[in-house]
Amino acid sequence: MNAMLRQLGGIALFVAVVACIPLFTKSGVVLNFVMMALYAALLAQAWNILGGFGGQFSFGHALFFGTGAYIQAMAQLQGGLNPWLALVLAVSGSAAIGLMVGALTFRYGLKGSYFALVTLAFAEVFRILALSVPFTGAGVGLMIPLAESFANMQFASRKGYLYLILGFVSAALLVTWWLKHSRFGAYLQAVRDNEDAARAVGVNPFTVKLGAIGLSSALMGAGGAFYVQVFQYIDPGIAFGPGTSVEALVAAIVGGIGTLWGPVLGAVVLHVLADITRNLFGQLPGINMVIYGVVLVLIVMFLPRGIAGLGATVKSLFSKKGKP
Amino acid sequence: MTSALLSINGLSRSFGGLKAVQNVSLSVPTGSLTALIGPNGAGKTTLFALMSGFLKPDSGSVHFDGADITGRAPHINAVNGMTRTFQIVQPFASQTVRENIAVGAHLHVKSRPTALLEAERIAAQVGLLKQIDQPAGELTVAGRKRLELARALATQPRLLLLDEVLAGLNPQEIAEMMPVVRGIADSGITVLMIEHVMQAVMNLAAHVWVLAQGQLIAEGSPNEVTSNEKVVEAYLGHGTAARLRAAELGKARA
Amino acid sequence: MMFDAGILFSSVLNGLTTGAVYALIALGLTLIYGVLHIINFAHGASLMLALYAVYMLKIQFGIDPYLALPIVVPGMFVLGYALQRVIINRASHGKDENILLVTLGISIVMENAALLVFKSDTRTIDTAYTLTTIPIGPAMIALPKLVAFAGALVVSAILLWIVGKTDLGRAIRAVAKEKHGAKLMGIDVDHVYAMSFGIGLACLGAAACFLLPAYYVNPQVGSGFVLVAFTVVVLGGMGSFGGALIGGLLVGVVESLGGLYLGESLGQIGIFVIFIGVLLFRPQGLFGAKA
Repeated sequence: MNAMLRQLGGIALFVAVVACIPLFTKSGVVLNFVMMALYAALLAQAWNILGGFGGQFSFGHALFFGTGAYIQAMAQLQGGLNPWLALVLAVSGSAAIGLMVGALTFRYGLKGSYFALVTLAFAEVFRILALSVPFTGAGVGLMIPLAESFANMQFASRKGYLYLILGFVSAALLVTWWLKHSRFGAYLQAVRDNEDAARAVGVNPFTVKLGAIGLSSALMGAGGAFYVQVFQYIDPGIAFGPGTSVEALVAAIVGGIGTLWGPVLGAVVLHVLADITRNLFGQLPGINMVIYGVVLVLIVMFLPRGIAGLGATVKSLFSKKGKP
Repeated sequence: MTSALLSINGLSRSFGGLKAVQNVSLSVPTGSLTALIGPNGAGKTTLFALMSGFLKPDSGSVHFDGADITGRAPHINAVNGMTRTFQIVQPFASQTVRENIAVGAHLHVKSRPTALLEAERIAAQVGLLKQIDQPAGELTVAGRKRLELARALATQPRLLLLDEVLAGLNPQEIAEMMPVVRGIADSGITVLMIEHVMQAVMNLAAHVWVLAQGQLIAEGSPNEVTSNEKVVEAYLGHGTAARLRAAELGKARA
Repeated sequence: MMFDAGILFSSVLNGLTTGAVYALIALGLTLIYGVLHIINFAHGASLMLALYAVYMLKIQFGIDPYLALPIVVPGMFVLGYALQRVIINRASHGKDENILLVTLGISIVMENAALLVFKSDTRTIDTAYTLTTIPIGPAMIALPKLVAFAGALVVSAILLWIVGKTDLGRAIRAVAKEKHGAKLMGIDVDHVYAMSFGIGLACLGAAACFLLPAYYVNPQVGSGFVLVAFTVVVLGGMGSFGGALIGGLLVGVVESLGGLYLGESLGQIGIFVIFIGVLLFRPQGLFGAKA
């Protein structure tokens, strides 16, 4: 009980602190930094639900991001819908795609590397489709017109977007918290750790994994919708390309998968790293990703539990039993 | 005559050319503590897998509490009251003992705090209370066996299939575990165990089935079965029974 | 849409020549999987690096791609050996997911390092024979493609000979089948792993030399090849050489015909559909062992 409440309190504190940031500074740079860091955190948290808690590593999570993004854009452009309504559609649409992919892959027992590859393949298929089909704007992509107002989910200053993303991140934190303290979460982690043993004690791996991918894709779709509102633009490469997939997964791994704060930590760390890199080397194409790649390799080699697991890793280095 | 909680009829399963289980039929009476023995490779674990739904039989049927459950998924069988353990222990290694057992408890308990409390109660029952907040991966073999047992118990089974729960334990650990198994059976749970540790079979089981090369070759009380020639031969080789008898006679004459 | 026989024939032939190179790429991948049981996500990016190496050798030193074989192939071998020995080996900690992640990380580094150094422009080379075409029946096939076809088959044959007939090959097969037993027999498993990875990448070096005259290079080509290579390997069956060969040719033809009927972009989807389909409905592929 204590751990439950303590973590809930931690979430409340985090949200309160971040919410206060715009009260203390009007600097566009700072607000933008915080907003983007939160955005990265959302993607990482979404990935973490399926990858960290569910143990299913998706290499094509952009699939859900892009779906959410395109639905958000098309619902406004072609459907004439209010962005808030579009958001509901975007999140539901991504969840639906997530459930379909999950139903297909989990029904046939795909796991591990094969699952990772299939998600990558799906993302690629969608990317090619988006590139070839006229109503997604094909290669040119889609642009939503500038019209700043709360009703239109576009804000004059970064402050508005910051609160928006903070809302999504809070939701993701609460979902993650729930995974740590619920029967569903216990079942999900059991399936991750040992599927047969889980089955023997009454867990249905299929429905559990399906639930996880549904939650994960929904949050990822929210991230896609957010992107569209902030940048007013989406194209196949951004929507379904490997960049977003990699960003989500590296941040989660670096921070520590399967934990509450790992993805947030990882996203912030990588974002800071990217900022430092940009200041040191300027806008060199690819330098960010090189750093992400190197960090990923180093973390997997030396700190596989991520930053959040630092304590445990150090402890096990000094203990006789157990491996990191 | 107690009714059969589990009855299997003509169960068969092959893997390629290998006939792992051939036409096996048996009935496990409700409330009994029984054992399934046989030399290595006899097909005992395969039989458990067929009973609990991890494998589908090529032919034959499995009935649990009167209902035909042939080929039904393991998790559904668990919901209905049949839980199995594994010969090679399968802990949720990254989770604590408490969290492990709680997964089992959650079968009947939705609330997380209640499940965790229930886990503590069961841990005490099997003697794991001291290690309850340790990661399962850090337990000794004996500890893991107890954890396996505890997790299965937490599901409140009516039928518990224990696969070599004493394997790998030293004599003291066996002596400590046996009363636990006896206690489980006494509490009303029907127990069917696969065992190699004959001491446990002789002391605990009311009825024994002997499996060799996929076939049921004998059944009866522990004493009947261990003095059965066919059983001796299955373990020790063809002609052994005769040689043993001859040796006995030789000794008697000397 | 009906195409006349000549165009179809040409498309199939082109598909076969591309397919042979796909087969060569897939052979390296399937060897790595068969021995180390890891899925090398960095395979595509490694091919991209090899292509750049061949490109630079031509641009800076005027070395013809085919003559670059003795440089690039051993070079890629050394790269592979080092990567496995120094990085990948240390990253596994006994879990498959870690290998997945570390090879992904390596591929990200390779791809973006190439982006940094070479920028994103697509580059091609000009050789005396780049534009030569040879008539085969009604089709005109570019000479570099024919050389690629022949070259890929020759290298594949050499690879199969190495694995089948040499001591190293025996050691590789032993480790692939039974790691612990091989260790007990005195085989240095780490060394065999690294050798296998090296050979896998060496195949890419050869493929690059055959590819560049008929193709192009930019930092993203790797990801294009990764999925195709994986499709070939799962179609043929993980760990099956024959499967990789036949799978490669098949995929090459499907891609070519797909491009003919659906246009180049949508034609690519055909490959992914095959990939997803095989993984879902027949994961052991055509010739692989059931897992």
